[in-house]
Amino acid sequence: MIAAGEPAPDFTLPDQDGENVSLADFKGRKVLLVFYPMDFSPVCSDQLSIYQEVKPEIAERGVEMLGISVDHPYAHKAFQEKLGVDTPLLADFEPKGEVARAYGSYLDGLGFANRTLVLIDEAGTVAWAYESPSPGEFPGANLIFDALAS
Amino acid sequence: MSELTSTAVPPLGPDDHVRGEGETVIVYVDLGCPHCAAAWAEISARPGAIAFRHFPVASKHPRSPALHAAAEAAGRQGSFFAMVDSLYADRSHVDDPHLWERVERLGLDLERFEADRRSEQVAARVRCDFESGIRAGVTGTPALFGDRDAANA
Repeated sequence: MIAAGEPAPDFTLPDQDGENVSLADFKGRKVLLVFYPMDFSPVCSDQLSIYQEVKPEIAERGVEMLGISVDHPYAHKAFQEKLGVDTPLLADFEPKGEVARAYGSYLDGLGFANRTLVLIDEAGTVAWAYESPSPGEFPGANLIFDALAS
Repeated sequence: MSELTSTAVPPLGPDDHVRGEGETVIVYVDLGCPHCAAAWAEISARPGAIAFRHFPVASKHPRSPALHAAAEAAGRQGSFFAMVDSLYADRSHVDDPHLWERVERLGLDLERFEADRRSEQVAARVRCDFESGIRAGVTGTPALFGDRDAANA
């Protein structure tokens, strides 16, 4: 997994509407990348739903939150609508998991990213990163606020 | 700006909704959550007391905020757990007219209920519980804590 102090690898990925989103678009702002295994899985649904509930508080702290998984934009769109979340969901679909690999989050053999949170500062440097012990559990939103407060 | 950094669940306080006596389990639940509904009878039947804390996840269960506000409003007329039991017993009738029917069955003042459930005080009370759950790392419901897990216990 990528570590604090390292430069955040740039990327360009399509979002749920097929619009390209680049990390460079957020230069000068903080970004929280939420790598998750796959759309529609129960744990991913809980994770994105709970993060949605505190999204205003994350935004208040000047942070843009972006979800990333290996799913296609069409799946992202359906997942976003089903969950009722408005966090942009980026498709690390082709080449599959390339961005997750760049951040050290990809789980070889399983074919998806582990649950990994990466906070990137205004200069494009990783300020904090956290990887779940397993894909079956997700980090509480409190950890995000701990990172933002430190 | 709300403080949402990690901390233990708050200890029991005068605002908590507690049913039963003896050792208390603090439970964070979502009134729109089917898992909570399925577990509610078992949670309620356990020995000791339970302290109910609100944890509505609106994006997943869009009706949850209204249901938590309804329970809190019923609580202001002494019928918090009666409303919670009612909502979990029948999850298929949770629109406003159904809530009014429940209020009538419980013998509550409907006008006062309507004012309370839409009040900022009720919304703040529900949000206070929710944020305490976030700070304690709740990632799903129902989430149970022993009162010895609480801060300053």
